[in-house]
Amino acid sequence: MRPEFMRELLIVAAMIAGTLVTRFLPFLIFPAGKATPRFVDFLGKTLPFATMGLLVVYCLKGVQLLAAPHGAPEFLAVLVIVLLHRWKSNSLLSIGAGTVVYMFLVQTVFQ
Amino acid sequence: MGERIRDEIRYAFPRTVPVMVGYLFLGMAYGILMHVNGFGFWWIFAISTLVYAGSLQYLGVTMLTSLVHPITALFMSLVLNARHLFYGISMLGKYSTVKERKPYLIFGLTDETFSVVCHEQVPKNLNADHVYFWITLLDQIYWVTGSVLGAIAGSFITFDTTGLDFALTALFVVIFVDQWKQKDGHGPAVLGVAATVGCLWIFGQSAFIIPSMVLIFAVLGFQYKRNGKEERT
Repeated sequence: MRPEFMRELLIVAAMIAGTLVTRFLPFLIFPAGKATPRFVDFLGKTLPFATMGLLVVYCLKGVQLLAAPHGAPEFLAVLVIVLLHRWKSNSLLSIGAGTVVYMFLVQTVFQ
Repeated sequence: MGERIRDEIRYAFPRTVPVMVGYLFLGMAYGILMHVNGFGFWWIFAISTLVYAGSLQYLGVTMLTSLVHPITALFMSLVLNARHLFYGISMLGKYSTVKERKPYLIFGLTDETFSVVCHEQVPKNLNADHVYFWITLLDQIYWVTGSVLGAIAGSFITFDTTGLDFALTALFVVIFVDQWKQKDGHGPAVLGVAATVGCLWIFGQSAFIIPSMVLIFAVLGFQYKRNGKEERT
């Protein structure tokens, strides 16, 4: 057994514990059957939209606007996805084409 | 396989196809990354099954190779996964009537599964609990399969995979565009983007997620209070 093995196991255990806490906590605080407060209902109707906005920005957080290529591959690929998706509404196509365009751009055009 | 189960899966599967693409790609990329860093099949299988949180697992590669303190790993997990609190709160109403298999639905509530189930209206002739269960389970099967395939295929891959992880961004952008079609979501959607961009600018890449969430909560709370006042007057 490698000496790091126990440490690695503990790290994985910590990742499992952290994930379980964040996933179960809301359901433990507000158990089923009890009426959830109106503010929580309001959050349930608005948060999914806000969260998806947050996640898009989170994915693009590493983009350097001030240094070359100024986020051009990300901007172009996102533009392709948005236009393609508004046109065809085919998630598979939009994700696939967007990823291929991005890979092409970062591997050849903006190396 | 019973006819009832077949109908449920037949309804659930098409809804998970976008997630399947994203998860197979990202799972494979994860498997390859772990493989390259010396973690074999069983590590990858166990982590994808038991942790089942994409961005945390990617971060986990770094944490495992640099052997961080487990307390640090726990803290990082809580911070990076804090967005799950949002999903849980958003799903309280929908999952409040679920009687069967609820712990698994909560365990498997990833970004992508949430994005599928949050707007799902299951037809009356199907058991909604079961449909949610199949959607959740199928998504995890894609993720585990993708990462295991990555572990196996790691050494055979010859093409340049740079930029492959953009599939995750593409997935979220697609969901965002879909949500944008619902007019009443424009306000919160813009808030989500604006608050996060603002916090990214102020707090930097390593510390912006929690402030963004606090800011979003605060603005929504302010809106809720103002709406309540308007109703009373």
